[in-house]
Amino acid sequence: MLRNAVAIAGVGETDYSANSGRSELVLALQAIDTALADAGVEPDAVDGLMRWSVDTSAEGEIAANLGMRNLAWFGEISQAGNVGAALVTAAAAAIHAGLANVVVVYRGVNGRSGRRYGRGDVTGRGGRGGGAFTEPFGVLTPQHGLAMQTRRRMHELGTTERQIGMVAVTERAHANRNPRATFYERALTIDDYLGSRYVVEPFRLFACCLETDGGGALVLTSTERARASGRPVAMIRAAAMSGFAGEREYIDTSAVALAPRLWAQAGVAPSDVDVVQIYDHFAPFVIFALEDYGFVERGDGGPFVESGGAMWDGGALPVNTSGGHLSEAYLQGMNQLIEGVRQARGESTAQVAGAQLSFVDTGVGTGAVILERG
Amino acid sequence: MAELPLPVPSEDNQPFWDSLRAGELRIQRCARCGTLRHPPRPMCARCHAFEVEWAPMSGRGTVYSYIVTHQPIHPALVDRVPFATVLVELEEGPRITSNLVDVPPAEVAIGLGVQVVFEWASDEITLPLFRRAGAAPPGA
Repeated sequence: MLRNAVAIAGVGETDYSANSGRSELVLALQAIDTALADAGVEPDAVDGLMRWSVDTSAEGEIAANLGMRNLAWFGEISQAGNVGAALVTAAAAAIHAGLANVVVVYRGVNGRSGRRYGRGDVTGRGGRGGGAFTEPFGVLTPQHGLAMQTRRRMHELGTTERQIGMVAVTERAHANRNPRATFYERALTIDDYLGSRYVVEPFRLFACCLETDGGGALVLTSTERARASGRPVAMIRAAAMSGFAGEREYIDTSAVALAPRLWAQAGVAPSDVDVVQIYDHFAPFVIFALEDYGFVERGDGGPFVESGGAMWDGGALPVNTSGGHLSEAYLQGMNQLIEGVRQARGESTAQVAGAQLSFVDTGVGTGAVILERG
Repeated sequence: MAELPLPVPSEDNQPFWDSLRAGELRIQRCARCGTLRHPPRPMCARCHAFEVEWAPMSGRGTVYSYIVTHQPIHPALVDRVPFATVLVELEEGPRITSNLVDVPPAEVAIGLGVQVVFEWASDEITLPLFRRAGAAPPGA
């Protein structure tokens, strides 16, 4: 069993900006160096590398720059930005199986100054494949398809625009405590939200994630080795991925398929979790994930967030405590994994006092990890 | 003027586009177990048969969900926003992404009854669009 045998020993990120002025490769390398120093791991101990398929820095390039002599484990996971926790799951499995000792998961992306996800630069298919049935009608990016699902789920479960707006307001309040966050110095009220323009109904501007230039990295190794640093480590209590669920209902997220496996593996219940990070490409999916992972009942996620339940200051279950993709940076789940580790280590700028279990989703069901302070 | 991407048919879905060019909406149906599926796929997920039929649809359906694009992220949308996209649930069950030809974006709603119309896009491609059910077809 994987439980707590592997840990995330170190995390690192670059500055987040709209124009990094350097290559995606450099962003990844800078983040990796920071994460290795954080973990107290010597670069020559790294023997595994994993990345998002959409990342442009192949493992060979990274290995050459790091001066690695032995790359024992590598791989990538497809889909798009939503695979961070799935990569952590695969890396942890490799370490637990004894196939690698130290695996680095990395992401370097010029998501604002380079190819922009919000314009379909990466995910557009030019009318080919499945795109033949969506793109000619204006479903050009993930935001269009997810807005379609959101509208139907609002219709069926009664989620409101104000509730969705309160996701953005909650995350902004957290970003206002985080000097790394893009919106550190800018407040957001619910009236600001409801007065903002639509990008694609039902998504208003502040329901949509940022586009960001930046890099991030995680260093995974055995819990025993991670503890050699003498610092608190984030043990991986459970980790799971879910690629596809063919029989699911239209409004279901992949979390419906993943959640039972994750909770069974962890041996804990949603009510045991102290702090949550959720992949907020679009604000309503925070509500949907809270419901589909079982933190609240279906239909109760909106009222929960609207009443301040996800707030660090006074909420029952603080969510996206760094500001998330809406207000910190859109590093495609990497910044949420980093924040989840910081919560487990007691180092967040919106630290949940005494946090033991730190939950991180990076794709509304594509992958999730439960980290435990250790 | 820029246009939205046109469908690029593949060998696994060519008959769908051929039927539209002939003025019919046909949906892929498993020739063994009769399950309808859309978009087209080579294999029936229920019984794993590769044999398919192309079943004629009534063309009637209802709006299952919709979006209205305001930010023209594609050059083709610059002069067309706000631009509604609908997910139509056909009477026979399958759901199909499309646009409405005669309903302003502000009037699109879940449950709206619609009827297919055929929109010539090129010599190879005719798109399945929809109009309000019961309304006279455009140009009639």
